[in-house]
Amino acid sequence: MPRGEASVGRVMAQVAMVMNLDKCIGCHTCSVTCKQTWTNRTGVEYAWFNNVETKPGVGYPRRYEDQEHWKGGWMLDRRGRLVLRSGGRAKRLLSIFSNPDLPAIEDYYEPVTYDYDNLVNAPAQRDIPVARPRSVLTGRPTAITWGANWEDGLGGAPENAGADPNLSGEWARKVKFEFEQTFLFHLPRLCEHCLNPACVSACPSGALYKRVEDGIVLVDQDRCRGWRMCVTACPYKKVYVNHATGKAEKCTFCFPRIEAGQPTVCSETCVGRLRYLGLLLYDADRVGEAAATPDEQDLLDAQRGVFLDPHDPEVIAAARRSGIPEDWLAAARRSPVYDLVARFKVALPLHPEYRTMPMVWYVPPLSPVLDAVTGAGGDQDDPDHVFAAVTRLRIPLEYLAELFTAGDTDVVAGVLMKLTALRSHMRARTLGEAGDEAVLDAVGLTAREAEDLHRLLAVAKYADRYVVPAAHKEDAAALTAMENRCPVETSEDAGPRKVMLGLPTPRRDTTAGGRP
Amino acid sequence: MNAAALARPVATPVSGTDLLVWVAFPYICLAVFVVGHVWRYRQDQFGWTTHTSQLLEHRWLRWGSPLFHLGAFMVIAGHVVGLAVPASWTEAAGISEHAYHTTAVWAGSVAGVAMVAGLGMLCARRLLTRRIRLTTDRSDKVLFPLLSATVLLGITATGAHNVFGPGYDYRETVSVWFRGLFALQPQPEAIAGAPLLFRLHALTACLLFAVWPFTRLVHVWSAPVGYLARPYLVYRRRATPAAAPQLGGHPRSASGSR
Repeated sequence: MPRGEASVGRVMAQVAMVMNLDKCIGCHTCSVTCKQTWTNRTGVEYAWFNNVETKPGVGYPRRYEDQEHWKGGWMLDRRGRLVLRSGGRAKRLLSIFSNPDLPAIEDYYEPVTYDYDNLVNAPAQRDIPVARPRSVLTGRPTAITWGANWEDGLGGAPENAGADPNLSGEWARKVKFEFEQTFLFHLPRLCEHCLNPACVSACPSGALYKRVEDGIVLVDQDRCRGWRMCVTACPYKKVYVNHATGKAEKCTFCFPRIEAGQPTVCSETCVGRLRYLGLLLYDADRVGEAAATPDEQDLLDAQRGVFLDPHDPEVIAAARRSGIPEDWLAAARRSPVYDLVARFKVALPLHPEYRTMPMVWYVPPLSPVLDAVTGAGGDQDDPDHVFAAVTRLRIPLEYLAELFTAGDTDVVAGVLMKLTALRSHMRARTLGEAGDEAVLDAVGLTAREAEDLHRLLAVAKYADRYVVPAAHKEDAAALTAMENRCPVETSEDAGPRKVMLGLPTPRRDTTAGGRP
Repeated sequence: MNAAALARPVATPVSGTDLLVWVAFPYICLAVFVVGHVWRYRQDQFGWTTHTSQLLEHRWLRWGSPLFHLGAFMVIAGHVVGLAVPASWTEAAGISEHAYHTTAVWAGSVAGVAMVAGLGMLCARRLLTRRIRLTTDRSDKVLFPLLSATVLLGITATGAHNVFGPGYDYRETVSVWFRGLFALQPQPEAIAGAPLLFRLHALTACLLFAVWPFTRLVHVWSAPVGYLARPYLVYRRRATPAAAPQLGGHPRSASGSR
């Protein structure tokens, strides 16, 4: 996208996230702490605002990536206009009595609890008492047959993972046949807080909205009427129906924490320290145009073209005109997310072909390729071996391309080679050698940039990984109001008691990210 | 109400019971309907929902819900015409009593059967699917039987008197009573002589209106017709959510104002 020709339009800021998948060990700490914070309530037992999937795998809910079936996201109609895959406005209202494309609870899993009481109340006996699983929905004993990450670490993969919607095409057949030898990585997922959110566009009540200040997509619990169109429209299936309250709920990007300049719970508790939070400035007037880019494989560049360089004086001037405060502009300049997404271009969006312009990006994992190199008897530490593997071993590459670049293997290969070159260069530097600048040149990095990228990926501290500017004091009244009106309330049947969260006290400290 | 009733010369003596059942009771129900809605809307936005259970059961709902709702729309339209429009108006419009009656019986039967079948399926899934039975709250336990009774009494009255029976012109009796309530000139004597099924149907309908604001029926007033005209993307500011100036418009259509 040409920069500088057209003047900058309406500038908006978004708190965005990048995850470095090579560091994810699949420990589910993010999922568990998120659940403890947001969805440990009646009605959303089955919902995981943050979940970690094993890839290849069918995902949660099952086969959610199969948009031919679930009708999530946007598509282009015959005239090249951007339309929701689930149909136009009239069709949506006509299917309001029974949504034909809504996942059933079985597509997620039947939530269970255990007879814990039996462990302490069972009479003295020879057999050890057991806690049997019991369905939360029916209250009856049940067999656990599925879960949010049933095939964790490729468990049961030969039976299940072949149903992964990303495994299509000739190359994928090999993966299915040789599962024991195949690659594996973990994919933590949360709401993408898209620039062009399909859930917001599909909500008949206008209850879902994108916040102007920080781009967080939220459900107004008072305006949601339970038409459940958002669940269908979201291609990532990250909006959930609370079956106790009859309302939609989704990841809030921990907005009370973000407003206080703190990272989300999933980021804060990530033991692998693979998450980055930071601002991205974008041109709101160009989002629709970018989302309607004809070729799916151009969507990545189109979305990068919407992001604005926070160092560019023209962008800064336009941002000031759009009312973005100075400390936010300063935070945007320090944003690790901008560096990974736009400066080094090593982060990629999940399924850009859904055309929602997602805002949680991923540094693709090098490990599947490295595993393949070792498997083929090569040397992981020799960049030539890895480069050769990247270009020759198609399977992991094709698969990553299905996930992150709408099938464009060149882009994924470019990122993996960049990571390989960086790895080899920094290894040499650490051993006291000069490092091979020719390798860096080949992937378009200077030695200085390599140092910066290495710092960011390998040694970045808390304050470098999470650059979240606090909300503004002129909004303090609104923040207080938010504390009185907690969005998370129990259903009526559970009594009038409200579940109050430990909301953080907003602080004025604009050197965000530092531990209090 | 009293003033209106007194001002009107009473032609035939009306019994106290009739006054109670056909004047006081409907007005009380209407008052509860109106006040209840205001109270619920102001106090309980969080509970104002369709309370969808499609997540838990979708096979019965797939047919039951559209049948019920579309049938209900037709039935409601039929009631509006039958109750609110006087016979003299339709005749003035050139529609003979016979033509009106034939249309009403046919369309009404189709709509009624669809609604009964749909409601039957919705009740069945609520009773037979344990997951849904457990999420059924107190208001549902009042609403479903009451709605079923009203619908069944209505379709039975039509069937017994107008489809298989000799024909009963409710437009000369029940409709007159109904319009009288809203014209603040109650005419209890108009309905007092109607067949039992029609009278019971009218009474359960009054009760249904009284419980309406306290049940999931409130979702009727949230029918999202505004969605047809709304811009796709909704932006809101964090401050003062209620009075937020909406930066409306899809980014694609929004002009580059700055």
